[in-house]
Amino acid sequence: MFMSELKRGDRATVKHIASELIRAQAIRFGISEGSEVSVEEVLPAGPVILRRGTMQYAIGRNLAQQIQVESRMREKKHA
Amino acid sequence: MPKHDHHTHIDTTGLKRMVLVGNPNAGKSVFFNALTGMYVDVSNFPGTTVEITQAKIGGRLYIDTPGVYGISAFNDEERVTRDVALNAEVIINVVNAAHLERDLFLTLQCLEMGIPMVVAVNMIDEAEHLGLKIDLDLLSHLLGVPVVGTVAVEKQGFKELEIALQQPKVGLIGAYVADDLNRLLDRLGTKGEALLYLEDDADVAKRHGLKPPGSREKIYLARRERVNDIVHHVVKENNTKAKFATVLGRLMLKPLTGIPMLLATLFGMYYVIGFFIAQTVVGVTEEVIMLERYEPFMRNLVGGFIAEGTVLNTLLVGEFGVLTMTITYVFGLLLPLVVGFYLLLAILEDSGYLPRIAALLDRALTGIGLNGRAVIPMILGFGCVTMATITTRLLGTSRERLIAIALLVITIPCSAQLGVIVGLIAPLGWQHVASYMVAVFATFVIIGVVLNKVLPGKSSDLLIDLPPIRLPRVENVLKKTMNKSYMFIAEAAPLFAIGAFIIGVLEVTGALVALQNVFAPLTVGWLKLPKEAATAFIMGIVRRDFGAAGLADMSLTAAQTVVAMVTITLFVPCIAAVLVMFKERNWKEASILWISAFAIAFLVGGIVAQVVI
Repeated sequence: MFMSELKRGDRATVKHIASELIRAQAIRFGISEGSEVSVEEVLPAGPVILRRGTMQYAIGRNLAQQIQVESRMREKKHA
Repeated sequence: MPKHDHHTHIDTTGLKRMVLVGNPNAGKSVFFNALTGMYVDVSNFPGTTVEITQAKIGGRLYIDTPGVYGISAFNDEERVTRDVALNAEVIINVVNAAHLERDLFLTLQCLEMGIPMVVAVNMIDEAEHLGLKIDLDLLSHLLGVPVVGTVAVEKQGFKELEIALQQPKVGLIGAYVADDLNRLLDRLGTKGEALLYLEDDADVAKRHGLKPPGSREKIYLARRERVNDIVHHVVKENNTKAKFATVLGRLMLKPLTGIPMLLATLFGMYYVIGFFIAQTVVGVTEEVIMLERYEPFMRNLVGGFIAEGTVLNTLLVGEFGVLTMTITYVFGLLLPLVVGFYLLLAILEDSGYLPRIAALLDRALTGIGLNGRAVIPMILGFGCVTMATITTRLLGTSRERLIAIALLVITIPCSAQLGVIVGLIAPLGWQHVASYMVAVFATFVIIGVVLNKVLPGKSSDLLIDLPPIRLPRVENVLKKTMNKSYMFIAEAAPLFAIGAFIIGVLEVTGALVALQNVFAPLTVGWLKLPKEAATAFIMGIVRRDFGAAGLADMSLTAAQTVVAMVTITLFVPCIAAVLVMFKERNWKEASILWISAFAIAFLVGGIVAQVVI
């Protein structure tokens, strides 16, 4: 599935980022293939807000549609 | 106030080159200031619009570089940082203590360049406040270079930094590149060149007559793993419960709460800049100090040497005089606005709110070829288009910068102009206010959509990190405001003097009156306005609010007022904005934009005239 399909509170592992340039930029920011992220918020038709460790990221919808993820367990309650 | 010697160059021979490298928001500019004090030299890096700040202290030359996330040649800033860092004798790497996960990537990249280094973990007090505890000794041990904790705004840790700077060390290079670097050292000269070649840097490969080897991603991934491992060992988080700041940050992002918060913020900003500064403060600085005191004084002084009515007298102290209009605009009008903007911008920047606004509005902006980051220049545009044009530098591609500048200079009225317009239209009733807003907003959307379709290339997608929400520090905000305001004035004043001189020449030669006659058919035939409206539009070339004020003196019907206000809103930007536009873009694009503004103003104004009159 793609990152754009995730819901708030979901946890996912990043599987594949299509663009080489974005892949390099994302690695610098702290997200690479294999990173475990949690979804803080999904704005309607807008960006996906992710958390990884102490870092938070906003990823544009268009970009999120190009990032493959594997959904893991769903958090019971959003902390 | 700091002294900036523009375009002069420090003699750098024999000085030890100390280069500051760091991520955006690591507090690097304040750090540089704390390190070097007052005397700095600002100049453009050759062939770019990127500014480089240098300071000579004792036998050392400190060089600041633009804030970057890595040295990957993804944009001009990164290329400049690369070129400066490659020639460093010592790298001082400033990292944000609260963002080690992000910032240490650049740290390791610098370290692997094999240049002696010192790492300053800045804003260490803030990290503690966030519940993060950082083991600096362990970090130093893992990196193999001296590590100092600092709070740059308070100059905390700078004694220890000075000691560390006397013994910078070449760090521990990761096994993932160490062998390759040694192998390439003979061929490429330095480890820095070798590393960037291995990371597929096209320019570096080319100057050694090589092809990029395609190993960037492998190195980046290994480096990322090492960063994560270091952070895992060095940072202890002892407070994980949701704090007020975290909750606030989340509310800013949710549309249901985020949009009202944004509107309240925008209204607050508009009130401070559009009413308090543009009217109350400027009323004193421009009207009282400049127009009532300074200008008569200057006219008297110059009149004593050069007779009134002569060409030289008019050029110096006439209506558009270099000693009168320039000084009045720069210090009476621009300076208070500029200080106000930079103050609010610094507060927004330091609070961590801006990136959240960018995320909230990202979807709306993709339709006009921009991503969420473009909200910053758009917000600033309602205060002052000139300032906002400069901030378009933060946009990802040249295409986005062009779209943003076009929207700013054509459709967004600045606070001074908006003040005059609101005063004229509001009493006419809501239908007229609505026609005005619909016409201007429709033009905004159409220009954005058309440019997005017509311009080649692709705009970048939103990919930003959201820093923690925090209370801005007063010293930090004030320092940033002061530095930026000073630099802006130093840059704008000479350009403004040239503009004033050109307008002065037009006036003296009678060209100004000739232009009035050129305008007349358009204003009467197409816009259905009285003939005298042409004068207001000519004034509008200097400044749009000038033009709007000129229209206020004429007796117009309600419908004519709407037509006139729409036209003057979309009209060419003020001289200051034009000069900045020419500086930020090339002369060709800037001229096209200027002519387009002219054409669009009369086109849309005329269409509105056909509908409402």
